[in-house]
Amino acid sequence: MARSVTTQHKTIATVAAWIVALLIFFPILYTIITSFKSEQEAIQGFNLIPSGTFESYTEVQAQSGYFKFFLNSVFLSVGSTILALLVAIPAAWSMAFSPGKRTKDILMWMLSTKMMPAVAVLFPIYLIFRNLGLLDSRIGLMVMLMLINLPIVVWMLYTYFREIPGEILEAARMDGASLWNEIVYVLTPMAVPGIASTMLLNIILAWNEAFWTIRLTTTDAAPLTAFISSFSSPQGLFWAKLSAASTLAIAPILIMGWFSQKQLVRGLTFGAVK
Amino acid sequence: MATQQTRSLARFMMAPSVVLLLVWMVVPLALTLWFSFQQYNPLNPIRDGFVGFSNYALFYSNPAFLQSILNTLTLVISVLLITVIGGILLALLIDQPMWGQGIVRILVISPFFVMPPVAALVWKNMIMHPQYGVFADIARFFGAQPIDWFGQHPMTAIIIIVAWQWLPFATLILLTALQSLDGEQKEAAEMDGAGFISRFIYLTLPHMSRAITVVILIQTIFLLSVYAEILVTTNGGPGYASTNLPFLVYQKALLEFKIGQASAGGIIAVILANIVAFFAMRAVGKNLDK
Repeated sequence: MARSVTTQHKTIATVAAWIVALLIFFPILYTIITSFKSEQEAIQGFNLIPSGTFESYTEVQAQSGYFKFFLNSVFLSVGSTILALLVAIPAAWSMAFSPGKRTKDILMWMLSTKMMPAVAVLFPIYLIFRNLGLLDSRIGLMVMLMLINLPIVVWMLYTYFREIPGEILEAARMDGASLWNEIVYVLTPMAVPGIASTMLLNIILAWNEAFWTIRLTTTDAAPLTAFISSFSSPQGLFWAKLSAASTLAIAPILIMGWFSQKQLVRGLTFGAVK
Repeated sequence: MATQQTRSLARFMMAPSVVLLLVWMVVPLALTLWFSFQQYNPLNPIRDGFVGFSNYALFYSNPAFLQSILNTLTLVISVLLITVIGGILLALLIDQPMWGQGIVRILVISPFFVMPPVAALVWKNMIMHPQYGVFADIARFFGAQPIDWFGQHPMTAIIIIVAWQWLPFATLILLTALQSLDGEQKEAAEMDGAGFISRFIYLTLPHMSRAITVVILIQTIFLLSVYAEILVTTNGGPGYASTNLPFLVYQKALLEFKIGQASAGGIIAVILANIVAFFAMRAVGKNLDK
């Protein structure tokens, strides 16, 4: 290597980067630590070593039925993602493989719907949901989450599908493959990684969506975002419980996020940065 | 060839997405526009009816309106400054050769995956609480008076929380851009005796400019509609000190049931978002032409 890296340089960079990284990660780390404390320990000042009790975890379930909210989060994020994929895959497919004159305009227009501020349509949506009896219903919220993430899903799939070389299709056609065979045996295997990445990112986004999930639910359909927000009102000190609930709420997504860093960049920048 | 056939097939495949998004965009927005010219109160329907622009006039003349616009802009601009400058510095740092780079990267991007209510409540209770928070512990350790963040400096507190959530995003995108910089170019610049600063200004920064634009635009879209962080920390207060435009519209609509005024506020939010969207679309659109 032409670039000489001195050990000293590397040591300084390592120390500096680790200090900054730990500072940024600290609120999460401290939440995890606090979740293993008792309520009394939690407010006794700064302390990085918990007594290691699981009390808060069992209590958060016993007192507030934590897993109901957790299951709602799973159902809503996975359900809305599958729904979005079903609608978006054919669209992205046709835009990538038989683009017309207006494909670009349609893509841009789809993106523009993502830029509408949610709050501007809060009341009409609330009214529509109320009149259809969809307030606090899982199905209603699932459709809602599908709609708000649909533009990102179409875009992300489009950028992946566009990378599949069209020549392969022609070759398959020359060999006499029918459209159905073409889709099942040639395209699907090549498209699976892109679809999987899109799915992962969309689950993360749907899981963390914190406007509609809070405003359109009360109890039955409430996911973790709404449940955690309910901790804001009481003035009591339930920090260990809050920490346990928070840890469980962010853990699955944190782990998924770690594995999807690259796809995340691509999805969130609409393919502009890879 | 079967172009006619493929074209109609393509239309057919696109139809569900297009129709869904069209309905999703047009219907609620049309309703909001309609309500913004109506007197409409679900609790007191007697005086309902067309009122022209008076909702807009009422919403504008509300002292909270100016405050909320000011707060919205303060939030967006402060968080952008912190995350873009911080993100560039962090990306440069993490790009250096070091031990445990993968773990550092994971630690730094983690806050982005934390759902907004959790992020806000953790900061509110465990970090910034004037009595039991870590900041208060640190202040007492140095013999200083702990700061009542949400009482005294609510906007600063919210800016810190939101910046913490978005710094990882900026860092991750800028780091990705940085790592795609051609190593040979860097070496050539080094051989020519270019120092770190001039390499940064003439080589790295221009290379990252597109990623920086994208970060600014995407963050602006999300920052214009910050909601949950305010709801669980200050609830817009004290007074209107930390109320932004989305929060004000929410208060008018679902707490005060002044639907007309809320809708007028919503239309203003749409106009604001459209100004940003216009630039965002141009930046992303360029990518399609390549």
